[in-house]
Amino acid sequence: MLYYTLNRLALALVIVSVVMLLLFSMIYLIPGDPAAVALGPRATEAMREALRVKIGLDQPIWVQFWNFFTSAWTGDLGREVLSDRPVAAVVLEQLPFTMALIFSGVGWSVALGIPLGCWAAVKRNSLADHIVGVISVAVIAVPSFVVAIYALLLFAVTLRWLPAIGAGESGNFFDQLVHLILPSLAVGIGWVGYIARMVRASMLESMGAQHVRTARAFGLPESRIVYQYALKIAILPTITLLGVGIGQMLSSAVFAEIVFARPGVGKLVYDAILTRNYPLVTGTVLVTTVLFVLINLLADLIVGMLDPRVRSGL
Amino acid sequence: MSEAVSKGAGPIRRILSEPLGVVGVVLVLVVVLGAVFADVLATVDPSSISPRDRFLPPSLAHPFGTDHLGRDLFSRVLHGSRIALAVALFATAASLSIGIVLGLIAGFGPRWLDALLILLFDSVKSFPTVMLALALVTLFGPSLTAVIVVVVLVNVPGYARIVRTQTLSMKDADFVAAAESMGAGFSRILRVHILPNAIGPLLILASMDIPVVIAIEAGMSFLGLGVRPPTPSWGAILNDGFTAIRDTSWIAVAGGLPIIVTTLGFTFLGETVRDVFDPRLKVR
Amino acid sequence: MSVLSIEDLCVTYSTSTGDLRALRNVTLDVPRERIVGLVGESGCGKSTLINAILGLLAANGRIDHGRILFQGRNIAELSADELRAMRGPGIATVFQDPMGALNPVFRIGRQMINIQYRSKLSRAEKANRAAETLRSVRIPDAEAALKRYPHEFSGGMKQRIAIAMALMMKPAILIADEPTTALDATLEVATIELLQELQRDIGCSMLFISHHMGVIAELCDDVVVMYAGEVVESGTTRQVFLQPRHPYTRNLIRCDPARQHTRVRQLPTIPGDLPNLRSRPRGCIFAPRCEMRKEICEEPPPQDVSNGHMARCHLAVEH
Repeated sequence: MLYYTLNRLALALVIVSVVMLLLFSMIYLIPGDPAAVALGPRATEAMREALRVKIGLDQPIWVQFWNFFTSAWTGDLGREVLSDRPVAAVVLEQLPFTMALIFSGVGWSVALGIPLGCWAAVKRNSLADHIVGVISVAVIAVPSFVVAIYALLLFAVTLRWLPAIGAGESGNFFDQLVHLILPSLAVGIGWVGYIARMVRASMLESMGAQHVRTARAFGLPESRIVYQYALKIAILPTITLLGVGIGQMLSSAVFAEIVFARPGVGKLVYDAILTRNYPLVTGTVLVTTVLFVLINLLADLIVGMLDPRVRSGL
Repeated sequence: MSEAVSKGAGPIRRILSEPLGVVGVVLVLVVVLGAVFADVLATVDPSSISPRDRFLPPSLAHPFGTDHLGRDLFSRVLHGSRIALAVALFATAASLSIGIVLGLIAGFGPRWLDALLILLFDSVKSFPTVMLALALVTLFGPSLTAVIVVVVLVNVPGYARIVRTQTLSMKDADFVAAAESMGAGFSRILRVHILPNAIGPLLILASMDIPVVIAIEAGMSFLGLGVRPPTPSWGAILNDGFTAIRDTSWIAVAGGLPIIVTTLGFTFLGETVRDVFDPRLKVR
Repeated sequence: MSVLSIEDLCVTYSTSTGDLRALRNVTLDVPRERIVGLVGESGCGKSTLINAILGLLAANGRIDHGRILFQGRNIAELSADELRAMRGPGIATVFQDPMGALNPVFRIGRQMINIQYRSKLSRAEKANRAAETLRSVRIPDAEAALKRYPHEFSGGMKQRIAIAMALMMKPAILIADEPTTALDATLEVATIELLQELQRDIGCSMLFISHHMGVIAELCDDVVVMYAGEVVESGTTRQVFLQPRHPYTRNLIRCDPARQHTRVRQLPTIPGDLPNLRSRPRGCIFAPRCEMRKEICEEPPPQDVSNGHMARCHLAVEH
């Protein structure tokens, strides 16, 4: 397990470093002068030059990269251009909102998708199975931002059941929860389909396995065979899928945050790009990448924990 | 499912023997015919502004109503389908060609290049599409080109992997060695040995990717990163609807509905195509 | 009274290309404390027979005719719960593939405790019983073995664990489905001896399924020979091996690799393939591959019994 963990960790570090390099080259390629953008049209050339020196734009490119690289690893992501606050602080302030959104989305889609997939597998080829199948395909196909707009239109604007904007009053847990419902619906609904399909396929595979026949031949109750023996194996590919899919979930979160005017990393980076606030862009992308890599790592470690073969195989 | 139809039956009949396939074909036909006959079906110019007719509900004159500038939504939706389908076709074709080339490079090239490409494919594939789109638009500005570049970046790895796998399995096969020693050209090996085996999976993947492409185009236009106004695009209409959501719901409905119809139609069709032609890939 | 007796059993699978008659008029008897060997090539219906006995036929399979009596009770008349109660303590099974027979993501101990779910013992006592049984099949360091996962054991060890799980049930009858096929020759002998010893200790009956004639001869009291879903010959081991009456049995004995005294390039096999079970011939099922085939073989063969030695053949050899 230790070797497996170290192996995954090393890979994660490499990926983060590669992303840093890519980010840096992207920023370097961007047309336009960040100093000019930051100071607005009325600034003098001297003022712009001063800012360039201040944020290190006058240095040779490799020095700039090295500074970027080392300070990023120590958590210093620079200062954002508009309010001159540390980027790390701004991002960390918004991060909990996005995390809450993503985890609630994962939570409810797992809670619904796994039983649906199991049910479809147990009732294989029945009408119920076909219906679950078609619905899964449908919710995967429809883009999350369309779901978000339609949900906003129906539940917030027309029916007025749920709030339309914001993340709720800070400190009021219930209010925040209510504000989470619609965005979380939009982020999670496609995943219900992904998970149900995945669980169904892997359940069918593990239900046909020899060890399930053995368990039956010992007279174990069917419910125990399905929900313990088969499901524990069938759940593994789903965890891997969730780990890899966290990136796409971030995409849906960006849309959900914009549609529901919710604070969060997605909205932050969107606004930052529109205002050409580059340090904030790089900082946010870097933090989300690290987050993404960490969640991937977590998924791998959970699979390793649940599957003894993976643990000793690597 | 399709056991009633013999294996020798034509592909179209086999697709139509599946209920899901029929629904898919019908939905896709609606969208395609709408795009082809947009000028005939909608006589109003999709960009003509008429401030007196703002926010009209659906009527005979405006089947889908009008938007905040008084433009006819029916006409905008129909013309929007041209953009969506054109992007889908062009971007898929571009991803396919680039994917094939990169797959061949990975398969035939040196080990380190192969490893590098695979690493790149994996990182791109797992990176949030929206972040990628935002980054590219920062570099090039919002445009249809940016949309196509994003789609190509997101989809190329899938095609490249198929070709790479096929190439690697062919590379060691005796008959390729024999063909090579007999002086067959690279293009001949490609045409005769690799593409015939890879073409099935490639086309299946392409048919599954079309709804994804349409979603990316609509999503980027929704964020204002894609097609520039006043060109009609479903994503842009949806954004207009979002902005005016407290005044009228018709714009948002009109922008979202074609996206739902098209992605569902192509997805149902793609699923059926895959089930019919390659049962091994069947997930469901 | 027999522990298990199967009377004139017919099992059919309905498939999209027509009905498949997997078992036809199968009759066999496993008396108390005896070991009955069931011989046949792969595809002769052994797996279907086991599934039918356990009440685990696939959804498209059905018993058209005949009955399976376990301790005098027809299993077709048992409720789902009664059937489940029968599996394990009544009929325990060791399956062919030791690699896949254990669940890969649970520790051996957990799996061995789980199958004792009917017992009122405490968890610790169940674990003790599991360790004890593992010791009886000579798994070294049984307590530690309970904490390990299946993939940490070799094929032979896994098969012994599977045997231990079956015997822990103290069953009335043990069904062993080719328990040694996946093992190498030395392990095979050890496993057979182990089974023999344990069967004596527990005093259960055994239905031992194999295509390995030598092993059957060594271990079993009675032998049933199956071909393409039919019992073609049955009798005591002595009768069947010393005086085989059916041409198929004679072929099997001749083809057994253990009987090859001189080294041959290729092991002898019976020419021809198994018949198509969707459209079986009216006459003798073995006729198309039989070297003694005569015109009369186009007619259904009689079940000729003498001295309890049955052969389903027009040309059954009299002894």
